[in-house]
Amino acid sequence: MIRRSIGTIYAKELADSLRDRRTLVSTLLVPTLLMPVLILGIGTLASRVFSRARQEVPRIMVVGGADSPGVRAELERSGKFRVETASADWKRLISDRKVRAAVEIPEGFERALESGSAPPVTLYDFEGELNSGLAVGQLRNFFTGLRERTTAKILAARGLPVSVARPFEVRQSNVAPPEKTGGNLVGGILAYIIITFCVIGAMYPAMDLAAGEKERGTMETLLCSPASRTDIVLGKFLMVLTGSLAAVACSLISLVVTLAVVGGALGTGAGGAARGAGVSMTVDPLGLLGVLAMVIPVSVLFSAVLFTVSLFAKSYKEAQTYAQPVVFIGIIPLGIGTLPGINLNLPLALVPVLNISLVCKEMLSGVWHWGYIAAIFATTAVYAAVALALAVRMFKSEGVLFRT
Amino acid sequence: MIEARLLTKVFRDRRKGEIRGADGVSFRVEPGRIYGLLGANGAGKTTTLRLLATLLRPTAGTATVAGHDIVREPEKVRAHVGFLAASTALYARLTAREMIAYFGRLNGLGEPELRARIRALADELGMHDFLDRRCDKLSTGMKQKTSIARMLVHDPQVMIFDEPTLGLDVMASRAIVEFVRQCRDRGKTVIYSTHVMSEAEKLCDVIGIIHDGRLRAEGTLGEILGLAGGAGLEESFVRIVTAEGRE
Repeated sequence: MIRRSIGTIYAKELADSLRDRRTLVSTLLVPTLLMPVLILGIGTLASRVFSRARQEVPRIMVVGGADSPGVRAELERSGKFRVETASADWKRLISDRKVRAAVEIPEGFERALESGSAPPVTLYDFEGELNSGLAVGQLRNFFTGLRERTTAKILAARGLPVSVARPFEVRQSNVAPPEKTGGNLVGGILAYIIITFCVIGAMYPAMDLAAGEKERGTMETLLCSPASRTDIVLGKFLMVLTGSLAAVACSLISLVVTLAVVGGALGTGAGGAARGAGVSMTVDPLGLLGVLAMVIPVSVLFSAVLFTVSLFAKSYKEAQTYAQPVVFIGIIPLGIGTLPGINLNLPLALVPVLNISLVCKEMLSGVWHWGYIAAIFATTAVYAAVALALAVRMFKSEGVLFRT
Repeated sequence: MIEARLLTKVFRDRRKGEIRGADGVSFRVEPGRIYGLLGANGAGKTTTLRLLATLLRPTAGTATVAGHDIVREPEKVRAHVGFLAASTALYARLTAREMIAYFGRLNGLGEPELRARIRALADELGMHDFLDRRCDKLSTGMKQKTSIARMLVHDPQVMIFDEPTLGLDVMASRAIVEFVRQCRDRGKTVIYSTHVMSEAEKLCDVIGIIHDGRLRAEGTLGEILGLAGGAGLEESFVRIVTAEGRE
């Protein structure tokens, strides 16, 4: 009898929610469309901006160096820079992005170079600005080359081989398979996006089924039925959970399809840009399944918390006000999880949401710490059960149900 | 049958302190009778009826509804009660048929029984034209019929009406009043709350006057008029309420 009531309420809520445009948009449409927009749209845009910046011949200024015409001439001959003599306001011009970088050549640089003890050359840039960074990088390469050529010349003059100054080379090679590289690079962000959808997917059904029903007067109608309060909560909660998991499923399916499209679009757009930068866009499918499994208890947790919060509200609008902090509180640990250097350990494995974010990142990189996975699944399930019990308790409170 | 015994409900409010929504209310309603609960706004009518419908739990006292105790067996009580109030709305995105079926299922009706019941109710209330229309597209009259069908789908023994004509026009109000009479004629136990004197005069076999959560007077229309010595129910009501207030 109890199960039948829960099923009846769930079936009604499902039919009702499928007719609600707001719920459909938040649980199905947005999660489906956002992945392609993020990966293809923003990825393509970023790659265009980056390639345009790389194609640009940067305008640079030379500060000093009047007695080093050879260095300046070599800079000009390289064809990599538009070289100008520094004006009095060259620092402002860099700050205003009119000039990409500047190089200060100290007095007597060329002369000192021949003796092998030249004073340092100083490079000036706009830190964090893409074009300025690229320009200063090219300047650094130019002066590194000049230093190596000078070293070689000095060694040759003394009859010594170049290897005296460079006895060995250092090489770097990636041994991780592409899915692990890709997972490590995008894992944190993917976990962030997927868990965010698990919150967004739960938010609108929770508000509609709790505060919305109170506001519309249908809650009182439902309370007149013989269904127990616990059955009503569980039936409604299952619908909220369905919304959350549907949003996650849509975002994951959309992600897989988008990555397949990007994978097929070699040399173009985000896929091409990623490959150009040596980044694999491949994610371990097993990792994705792992993420889906780990998201279930966190979906239960957010569904129960959002349902409880919405239940307390008198109206849909009030529920929105209460739900926003919950979303922010949930998303902050996710943001922390995406930071580089934050890795899973025992204390962090007990922090709700952050633990899921970190373990998802690891699973998407192909790292499976089964002890942590089990502990995180279990603790999140306990948090979720507590939140659900709180929702049932709240629903039994007359002060909450008939709050006016 | 309904039997309320010293029903008390105390609400605690941060600003106002303790509010006694129902204060030792006792009465009895027999099958085939309409008990009118007459009171001003905030007198305690809705609280008393919500206690009987087990939407609220009493602070003290109890009641039996259709033979079941409201504290110990709230689900059984609700299975035998039909509750209609101005505040019990319809699900806007469901059709009238889905709305009735939903409450039929919640009341444990099987699918063949439910189909037959919906057909019978649609015949009786003249709902066939709009049975498959969404509730948010229905007129006030159609919504009212759907609410009545929702209330009747499980054929309850006890009918609780909490100001059901509130906000309705004359025609819609008359239809409700007529429906309440039919319930009595079918042997249902009916309790009807209102602050409209004419409705109470027309409908109720017994009238209970409630004020500040307490039942101030009870009896047939004639007994109430005799008790207060008023020319009509309205005047008698005012005399009873204000006399008690002066004490």
